[in-house]
Amino acid sequence: MDRKRRSRRELYTKDICACSIFGAMNRDGDRFTGEGVMKAIASMRVRGNGLGGGFAAYGIYPDNRDLYAFHLMFTGPTDVARRAAKKELEAFLARKFEVFFDEEIPTDDGVVVRDPPLIWRYFVLPRKEGDDAEMTDGDYIVREIMAVNTKIENAYVFSSGKNMGCFKGVGYPEEIGEYFMLDRLYRGHTWTVHGRFPTNTQAWWGGAHPFGLLDTTVVHNGEVSSYGTNRWYLEMYGYACTLQTDTEVIAYAADLLMRRQKLPIEIVAKILAPPIWAAIDRMDEKEKRLLTALRMTYGPLLMNGPFAVIIGETGRMVGLTDRIRLRPLTAATRGEMFYISSEEASIRLISPHLDRVWTPKGGEPVIAEMKGFEKGFERIC
Amino acid sequence: MRSFVFPEFEVIRDEERCGSCRGCERQCAFGTHTYDPVADRLVSDDHKCAGCQRCVIFCPQKAIVVRPSPSFYRPNASWTREKIEDLKRQAETGGVLLTGCGSDKPFRIYWDHILLNASQVTNPSIDPLREPMELRTFLGRKPEMLEISSKDGEVEIRTELYPNLTVETPILFSAMSFGAISYNAFKSLATAACRSGTYFNTGEGGLPREMRSEFGRCAIVQVASGRFGIDAEYLNVAQAVEIKVGQGAKPGIGGHLPGEKVSLAVAETRMIPQGTDAISPAPHHDIYSIEDLSTLIYALKEATNYEKPISVKIAAVHNFAAIASGIVRAGADIIAIDGLRGGTGAAPKAIRDNVGIPTELAISSLDRRLREEGIRNRCSIIAAGGFRSSSDVIKAIALGADAVYIGSAALIAMGCTLCQKCYTGNCNWGICTQNPRLSGRLNVEIASTRLSNLISAWSHEIREMLGGMGINALESLRGNRDHLRGVGLYEWELDVLGIKGAGE
Repeated sequence: MDRKRRSRRELYTKDICACSIFGAMNRDGDRFTGEGVMKAIASMRVRGNGLGGGFAAYGIYPDNRDLYAFHLMFTGPTDVARRAAKKELEAFLARKFEVFFDEEIPTDDGVVVRDPPLIWRYFVLPRKEGDDAEMTDGDYIVREIMAVNTKIENAYVFSSGKNMGCFKGVGYPEEIGEYFMLDRLYRGHTWTVHGRFPTNTQAWWGGAHPFGLLDTTVVHNGEVSSYGTNRWYLEMYGYACTLQTDTEVIAYAADLLMRRQKLPIEIVAKILAPPIWAAIDRMDEKEKRLLTALRMTYGPLLMNGPFAVIIGETGRMVGLTDRIRLRPLTAATRGEMFYISSEEASIRLISPHLDRVWTPKGGEPVIAEMKGFEKGFERIC
Repeated sequence: MRSFVFPEFEVIRDEERCGSCRGCERQCAFGTHTYDPVADRLVSDDHKCAGCQRCVIFCPQKAIVVRPSPSFYRPNASWTREKIEDLKRQAETGGVLLTGCGSDKPFRIYWDHILLNASQVTNPSIDPLREPMELRTFLGRKPEMLEISSKDGEVEIRTELYPNLTVETPILFSAMSFGAISYNAFKSLATAACRSGTYFNTGEGGLPREMRSEFGRCAIVQVASGRFGIDAEYLNVAQAVEIKVGQGAKPGIGGHLPGEKVSLAVAETRMIPQGTDAISPAPHHDIYSIEDLSTLIYALKEATNYEKPISVKIAAVHNFAAIASGIVRAGADIIAIDGLRGGTGAAPKAIRDNVGIPTELAISSLDRRLREEGIRNRCSIIAAGGFRSSSDVIKAIALGADAVYIGSAALIAMGCTLCQKCYTGNCNWGICTQNPRLSGRLNVEIASTRLSNLISAWSHEIREMLGGMGINALESLRGNRDHLRGVGLYEWELDVLGIKGAGE
């Protein structure tokens, strides 16, 4: 028998890491550079160890707001391998997408980073042919991204939304920010940031946060002990978990529930971090029925183990911790600014005076929305 | 004909201690002990001893020891004592060898080769004495997704939900019929199930009418090939209906309750004449194909107004995963899968010890198959056959089972010693018998307390192990093979189980 066909062991390896997370949004939609968030995340340097940092920035490509911006990483051990991966990827893109233009993502070569891959961006629209014409853009793009990430060696799509982009790599987050010149080249209305402390030293650029699909991104501090369960459930819905990190499952769960199944964020929070049965059993009949149905149906998507996440979308930023709150999260507002952070100190560093500071309860989402969001604000797909 | 078989056990009596109270004589329905009035002492016939240890436990003087008889044939790796004696018995009787309980053969017990994970540093372990630790489980079909409408903060579920069983711990009592087991044993299981927030399974012997209103709320009723004891009330009083296609101890064959065991009460419950043999045919004679099964599933759904999940129980055999997938598509809400070590009240020994595959491998391949086909949430998996401890249960969950059925373990809690003589109807422990003198020995209050205690003890242990892994809800362990590692297994076995080797 074909040896490879028989091997069905789930021999994935999974990174374990602790982290710092930070998010800032201007609810009026005014755009600002990455300077402040870089400063804030740098203040939580002790929560990372220089093996991963990354940013998700929303509103940074206003001139191409209608095109999907794919950020690609070509990793291979040699330049030849990277170029080969790029060639293969471009042949694939040419078949599946209309590519309007592409360029290397500019970097500051004065910043020393370890083994940087080749990083390129493509502005595209899907080219849906035949049976695919029926699919939504979102479903089509997710399927093709899964194909790239599983089938094209050394090529990895790490950002795919409209008018937004992720930037990430191996290093302290402020170094990554400088490397990509986020404080000089980009202005966004929402930024989320991540500093990483993996316990495993084989850091690779693709393993840094954020993780995202389309315009949904996740930065995560924690370890998902339900990973194996979450993974099989998501695989049933076509999500290939290839990135050796548990954060990926949160990003895919968010995509499945929010984009595909169109569940409101308050409900999604109750799926990822549901109340305990003892509390549900005390609720009134209607609420009890709802929460019971949610836990019954979506039990495999409960994110168990300690976590704090910031889920970013165009026009919205959501902070959430696990249901028994084993990782820190603080929220604050100042005027139109909304902040979510692992630590209050980092918020105070860039905005000493705050209107309101609070610590959300375990499993209770903190939701920051831009004005007009609920009226279908530029919702993508 | 003189038997050439050694006695299996030897009974050793301490004459110093024995007070000739004749307790052992009364305890043994096999007639092992007799009183010699002339010598004023008790004598034992080793040939009759089943090794059930009833007399040993109940001797007030602790004067009896029963142990395997040391007699031996010339050692021979191929012709073991068991093989020689089985052959001799057949030469003496010309019949099929019968036995009871699950297979005792040394097939690899995978539970003993699988190790669990625990949290260290990066993920805090959770103390179940201080933090919630949730075992509540739903058994039945789940929707693909929930459609929810929200209007002015009022959230409404628009998706129709399927009926599910709710269990407070993932342990249910396996199918054991009234007829195979005594009324008291049956009622003890029912009582304990209701008390522990779980379910018992009536087996194919019906549910006595007087038990229906009290115990229906924690009953799963079976529809088997003999169709015994079925009426509309029977189906509707229960919380789920199970179609029994196969049994792990005897895949491919039916059942036979001899007429001697069909007492008046058994006859009434099964709706057959008293004293007649109750024969369950090997197949259901209205199910010769998957579409026939689907017809029966939907007939039962119609009969129960689509308010009960329908389970289909099959034995784990070579190609069962593909069959089970067909069963899910045929409309089953629960698949109960019974493995090689599943117990029985009576089965041909040749079948029990040679047909089927181990439960552990079966759970993993079924779970994987259903996931690969994207239909895992269309049914629940209840695994049965050979669960001996809470750690076996938690490993089964991590391999992909939703819950487990325990049969032998429940009987052992009530007093069973796995002597394998269930088919004789002489169970000295009052469990597997219809002899009122014997079944009266089983006190429902005590036996059900022992059963509840077992469920409680295992549930506590499951919570401890779960908390150690940093998980506080059982659903987060389901199919989570990441928390399992194998030791001493071949690579193909790890492949089938879908787990890494220890240290990998």
